[in-house]
Amino acid sequence: MNNKKAVNRLQDFGALIALILLVIVIGAVSPDFRTVSNFLSLLRQSSINGFIAFGMTCVILTGGIDLSVGSTLALSTALCAGLIKSGVPAGPAMLLALLIGTALGMVSGVLVTKGRLQPFIATLVTMTVYRGLTMIYMDGKPISGLGDSFVLKFVGKGKLFGIPVPVILFIIIFAVFMFLLEKTVFGRRVYSTGSNWKAAKLAGVNIDRTKLAVYAISGGMAALSGLILLSRLGSAQPNLGDGYELDAIAAVALGGTSMNGGRGRIWGTFVGVLIIAVLNNGLNILGVSSYYQEVVKGIVILIAVLSDRKR
Amino acid sequence: MQIEMRGIDKSFGGNAVLKSAGFLLDHGEIHALMGENGAGKSTLMKILTGVYTKDAGTVIVNGQEVCYKNPQEAEKAGIVFIHQELNVLFDLTVEENMFLGKEIRSRLGVCDKKAMRAEVSKVLDRLGVKIAPDQKMSELSVGQQQMIEIAKALMVDAQVLIMDEPTAALTQSETEVLFQVVKNLRKKGVSIVYISHRMEEIFELCDRITILRDGSYIDTKRIADTDMNDVVKMMIGREIGERYPARDCRIGKTIFQVKGLTCPGVFKDVSFEVHEGEVLGVAGLMGAGRTEIMQAIFGNMPHVTGTILLDGKEIQNKDPREAMKNGIGFITEDRKVEGLMLEESIRKNIALANLGRISKNGVIQKKAEQDLVQEGIRELHIKCFNQEHECNNLSGGNQQKVVFAKWIYTEPKVLILDEPTRGVDIGAKKEIYTIINELAAKGVAIIMVSSELPEVLGMSDRIMVVREGLVRGVLNKEEANQENIMILATGGSL
Repeated sequence: MNNKKAVNRLQDFGALIALILLVIVIGAVSPDFRTVSNFLSLLRQSSINGFIAFGMTCVILTGGIDLSVGSTLALSTALCAGLIKSGVPAGPAMLLALLIGTALGMVSGVLVTKGRLQPFIATLVTMTVYRGLTMIYMDGKPISGLGDSFVLKFVGKGKLFGIPVPVILFIIIFAVFMFLLEKTVFGRRVYSTGSNWKAAKLAGVNIDRTKLAVYAISGGMAALSGLILLSRLGSAQPNLGDGYELDAIAAVALGGTSMNGGRGRIWGTFVGVLIIAVLNNGLNILGVSSYYQEVVKGIVILIAVLSDRKR
Repeated sequence: MQIEMRGIDKSFGGNAVLKSAGFLLDHGEIHALMGENGAGKSTLMKILTGVYTKDAGTVIVNGQEVCYKNPQEAEKAGIVFIHQELNVLFDLTVEENMFLGKEIRSRLGVCDKKAMRAEVSKVLDRLGVKIAPDQKMSELSVGQQQMIEIAKALMVDAQVLIMDEPTAALTQSETEVLFQVVKNLRKKGVSIVYISHRMEEIFELCDRITILRDGSYIDTKRIADTDMNDVVKMMIGREIGERYPARDCRIGKTIFQVKGLTCPGVFKDVSFEVHEGEVLGVAGLMGAGRTEIMQAIFGNMPHVTGTILLDGKEIQNKDPREAMKNGIGFITEDRKVEGLMLEESIRKNIALANLGRISKNGVIQKKAEQDLVQEGIRELHIKCFNQEHECNNLSGGNQQKVVFAKWIYTEPKVLILDEPTRGVDIGAKKEIYTIINELAAKGVAIIMVSSELPEVLGMSDRIMVVREGLVRGVLNKEEANQENIMILATGGSL
């Protein structure tokens, strides 16, 4: 019994141990990797995937999946850039973009709850449609020349006490999700929906509303990622965020969250995001070709998920 | 075939499940294996059929010591285990199911449908059941599916059939057919190990009975030489006293009324009332619509019309949430499917129906939650290590107590119980009856659906009988007996 508990605990920290090992190994080989500035830029890079992955965690915990995050990111960012271009001040435009992202996520949620579509199909639909709408809106061309609004630049490029703003946001939002999932009634509802929705429904949990909420959150988080990208790039691209859903899902899986829902921890996702970022960053610094990088990433995910298989 | 198991030990992770267990199965007998949940019946049978390996002891089949490495080996030797959860692929046909993994192939490697179909018809004829080989499994009733499992065993020429709670999901008439089949098999020299909690069945069907308790062999007796009290005593190691504890019953005013509840095609014009502190039993055959009526009252069925009154005021239960708000609780018939989050802790399960009570502004108050759960564990005597104990690792009785705890603290005025003691052993059953009685004594109106007639008779103040979606009668305690209920439930009139 004690033995089993010890093993379980080890597995709880499995992803964390993997992360530490990766950092040590890459750090030992490459002096460029183990600098403070590299770590900060690594964290900044990881925040993009991080926001999406946090939202994705909530969706997956309810037993769903959100494939539409990349397209949601693109569409909300494009609309934001369009608004700024047409003279709307950057601040309100960005807030609007967050709301748009949330609303786009909610559409997926409505398809899942009211439309009774499987989450995979529902978000495949929204993924395709949103990408198409982005292309139509932008006519396939980037939107640039967004002026030099302070807010817009601050979000992606700014620093507070020497720490990049995206990193600060990353940490704050992580804490918010941690609180939300671990301490609140809403968190309980999310877990119970994924664990046994029939029991949850009969215990008075509003399953539909809970699902709607997690897709809305996921959309909002995708939009936030988009804003950071917009700020850093200074322009919106029609193919922005393409394939981001996969990195987010990979981070969630690495963090030990069950794809069947009901089981998982947000800090696991946090670690998963960092593992992917360290891999990307470290392999780049080591000069590994991007073709090989993909293979290595896949294998690391495989190992992590295999070692996480309980019982 | 004769089987002797002697001195079998088995432990899982330091936890001894079997301690010198064993039993002796004769040629052509129906042998009941009884014991409380966790007594080791299933484990013993899994060791016999090679699912688990034993730590110590011997297994002798027809005079030779054997040790099957897997169920396939046991099957080849003629020993087949029919599990409680049927091993059925619903989207395939009867024939495809029966030949799964052992399809007859023609020379080109293509399935020989004709040959397989003929074989299936032959075996089904032998069983005396009328099922077409090309019917889809999902179109069959549970009883028929059970027959297919037995047919599968006959196809491999089984000499020993192990059946684990085969009647748990069967209707009365299906059970009768099953018994007939089993008795025919006995005539042909097949030995049957029959695992069941239903005492009445065992005394009707079996030749001998072996009792296990806490993983140890207790005794084997001929059915003719024993009676139910004796068996219960051996199973729990002490006298249990009255099976149904007496209740301090003070029936108050009418608190709950259902008028003309109708769901087209399922049930029609259901009307009844329950008083404060009363237990209303609901009897009927499987599929009579009892569960559906309860689900409808709790707002978990679409297209329902009719009126529900609580305390004389009409209430609308559009969904379970509203039903809860209106003061109704519902313990469902299948705790694993609808009652519990099995992979979650006791704490999270009990908390789930009480989230409003243990939170402030949407934030869960840790202390309040722990106190509530602790109270539940203490009051209902839930046997566990602590609040974080995963529900999967609890016995059926303790799981059911967790479900009760979950609902008791929502303080319902009306509590609906659907098969409250299904899959629960005798000791825990009595504890659950006591809980029900205590709730009734507090004035809760209780509606109890049960397929076990002795339970309905032992616990209820009045009994409502449902057949084919219609209420066929409500019997007072004085006029209710097994015959009356069965007559109403099967279509006669009093």
